[in-house]
Amino acid sequence: MSQLTTVSNEAPRGALSSLRTRLSGRWLTLGILALCILLSVPTITVFSSIFGDSEGVWSHLASTVLGDYISQSALLMVGVGLAVLVLGIGPAWLVTMTRFPGSRHLEWALVLPLAMPAYIIAYTYTGMLDVGGPLQSWIRATFEVRYGDYWFPQIRSIGGAITMLSLVLYPYVYLLTRTAFIEQSVCVLEVSRTLGASPFKAFSRVALPLARPAIMAALSLVLMETLADYGTVQYFGVSAFTTGIYRTWFGLGSPIAAAQLAAVLMVFILGLVLAEHWSRSKARYHHTSNKYTRLPRIELHGWKRAAAMFYCFFPVVFGFLIPFIQLSLWAIDTWELLDRSNFLGLFGNSLKLASITAMIALLLSLFITYSKRLRPGIFLRGIVRVLGLGYAIPGTVVAVGVLIPFAWFDNTLDAWMREQFDISTGLLFSGTLVAVVFAYLVRFLPVSMNTLDAGLGKIKPTMDDVGRSLGLKPLQILRRVHIPVMKGSLLTASLLVFVDVLKELPATLILRPFNFNTLAIRTYELANQERLAEASSTALMIVLAGIIPVIILSQTISKSRPGYESSTRTQ
Amino acid sequence: MRRVLSTIVTVLCASLVQADEVNIYSAREENLIKPILDIYSRETGVTVNLVTGGADELIQRLSLEGANSPADLLLTVDVGRLYRAKEAGVLQSVQSSLLDAEVPANYRDNEGYWYALSLRSRVIVYDKERVNPAELSSYAGLADPKWKGKICVRSSSNIYNQSMVASMVSRNGVEQTEQWAEGLVANFARSPQGGDREQISAIAAGQCQVALVNTYYLAGLLSSSNPADRANGEAVAVFWPDQNSNGAHINISGAAVTKAAKNKDAAVKLMEYLVSDEAQQWYAETNNEFPVREDVQSSELLKSWGEFKADDIALDQLGIHNAEAVRLMDRAGWK
Repeated sequence: MSQLTTVSNEAPRGALSSLRTRLSGRWLTLGILALCILLSVPTITVFSSIFGDSEGVWSHLASTVLGDYISQSALLMVGVGLAVLVLGIGPAWLVTMTRFPGSRHLEWALVLPLAMPAYIIAYTYTGMLDVGGPLQSWIRATFEVRYGDYWFPQIRSIGGAITMLSLVLYPYVYLLTRTAFIEQSVCVLEVSRTLGASPFKAFSRVALPLARPAIMAALSLVLMETLADYGTVQYFGVSAFTTGIYRTWFGLGSPIAAAQLAAVLMVFILGLVLAEHWSRSKARYHHTSNKYTRLPRIELHGWKRAAAMFYCFFPVVFGFLIPFIQLSLWAIDTWELLDRSNFLGLFGNSLKLASITAMIALLLSLFITYSKRLRPGIFLRGIVRVLGLGYAIPGTVVAVGVLIPFAWFDNTLDAWMREQFDISTGLLFSGTLVAVVFAYLVRFLPVSMNTLDAGLGKIKPTMDDVGRSLGLKPLQILRRVHIPVMKGSLLTASLLVFVDVLKELPATLILRPFNFNTLAIRTYELANQERLAEASSTALMIVLAGIIPVIILSQTISKSRPGYESSTRTQ
Repeated sequence: MRRVLSTIVTVLCASLVQADEVNIYSAREENLIKPILDIYSRETGVTVNLVTGGADELIQRLSLEGANSPADLLLTVDVGRLYRAKEAGVLQSVQSSLLDAEVPANYRDNEGYWYALSLRSRVIVYDKERVNPAELSSYAGLADPKWKGKICVRSSSNIYNQSMVASMVSRNGVEQTEQWAEGLVANFARSPQGGDREQISAIAAGQCQVALVNTYYLAGLLSSSNPADRANGEAVAVFWPDQNSNGAHINISGAAVTKAAKNKDAAVKLMEYLVSDEAQQWYAETNNEFPVREDVQSSELLKSWGEFKADDIALDQLGIHNAEAVRLMDRAGWK
């Protein structure tokens, strides 16, 4: 039976500690620590700016625009946070536990908006709904009114930014929550029903609290992404914190004050993460039973069916279908104008980077989270927290945070080699794809770590002990016990990183080698020249490149439920 | 046998010469520079390698990479960034009698650190139907309360606005410029948003009547294949501001050789090519910019907007006053 245990239910000390001491991979642990430290260098570089002298920029900011930056960012966070919970959790529950027309397809379709970069959905809706767009032009022409004679929501506003970001970010919540629902044991739900709880109560009182680690992991990802977003807020003229970072850096010419702003952002995120962590206090969310039966799906009828359909189709239609159709129309319109000569090359580059990074990120975060489970030392926990902040730092800041140590290393090595052997090694890593992938890891490792952490947290420590008592080594336990149980989380983690890399722009732009382009770069360059329609073809290709793994993985996730093949299986 | 050998040697030498390459960090987007670089490569056999990106990020990359940087040439689309690169110590000066002869003195650095390749002006566009151009006069005039609720302009985070205001600071000082900015902000029809093209479509839609835009954006709309774009462009007309005083604000796209350049000669040759007839005409026709050379014709479209007086301010002033400009726009509430 699963339960929410609020008392300490850690495994017997002896078993785990013997496991720890026997962890043959002391070197492995050290290696992981070293890697963690390396990866946190950019974050720490940004952070160390706090001690720099900003030469009065702060007093200027405080007396003019800082209030705006803070209030707008806070508004964005609250708005997006609430919206993604509503858009993500409900559908996740409905498609997992109920049946209604289309529910099987919705299982994967609800993930699709993930493939849509936020700035692209913003461009697309603006193109349709802005004052000069076709819809408002049609209204003016048909009803013979002028601008101002009729009411129309202003798309480029804080409300618009919240809507756009929520529409493409809710899949994080949906994916992680659904994985949690799928991995849950059904017994606990049955018990709650036999105790007289209605299906809704079983959801709100039992399933939802049990999914809390997953929901919080997803929510923190969404909030970090929201705070790091630049493309959308900039385009909508919203004075958010990132706008301030860029403006302070490039406009006021003060990189130090800009890095300090980014550091403040990080401290804030760290505070949020820790607050959430402490609020859980000693509660653990293991499933204490591993009896998995096929999830009983309730067939919905009547108004419930209609309501469920509306609720679940809404995010797909607005987050994916409408912008996808608009992009396709634009792409058809501008097909003749396009330089299609190296489309395949761009496509290949994007896919290559995305899959390499997804794979490395998955392995790294698996080892990191697993080491943390086995040896939850203060140092490792601390460094993991620092690593976790990478996702909240705007891409450009991460990129410069990567440039600094890489260039320093290359130049120092070069100077030393010249001195010793009169050989110039030049720049070994700067300006190579190694630097690009490194920056991706700094930025996106938190995504896979959060996902795996949530997945691993659900497996109770006694499982490890059983494995040990059967004579398995830690890595064997990982492979034969943990990985099969958390297959869903593993797939989700790699999918999220894959799609994030496909969409990534600023770090790729700054760090890439000569003559190397991706779909996101081509899209951005055209959009930056305000040629939105011409940018649509590559934008569509980003979306298409993201869709295929999204669909495949989403199917695999629903099959990943332990005991999927046999209707009952005791592990 | 000797002939064969000498042929081999000649071919080898030729291939060595052809192994020339130039590495470019370009703030000009790939589709707006690569075609002309490809032509250059075909004509000369020089390999040109390109990384595009934001100017400030590229300057940062240059200065961090230091003497080992692979870049030979930096291209930007704003003079403030060239000034900043020079200040950051990542450029070197160039002696080229050809460049000095072809690029007018006020469009290049007086120490030879950078040279303009093309020009663009930031002009007033107005609603043809509702605005009487006689009401317009200068940038300063846009702060007049008669334009209340009628002006659209993009965010002050945009470099073209920053450079324009920086030139005003250089001429009129911070205080007077700030007063002007406050007046302008009071006349905004809406909170700044979108790019230059969208200010024009906002005029076409009736949300505002007057906007500040770069010339090539309007030209891009007018020559678009999309009828809706053309209709938006045709709803407005160009007004050249400050014709009785300093002239219309000019910004440049330009090139500079990096301090770390390993292929300096090849880089200078490429710069010289970029001010050749062929390249200058290409700029004029594909991107509707004004050629930097006075003897090369603008596109027909640009010519149709008439002759105008261009501001001849020393362009490095735009870089020098950039931060002051941003601060005063912050204070004036120009988002």
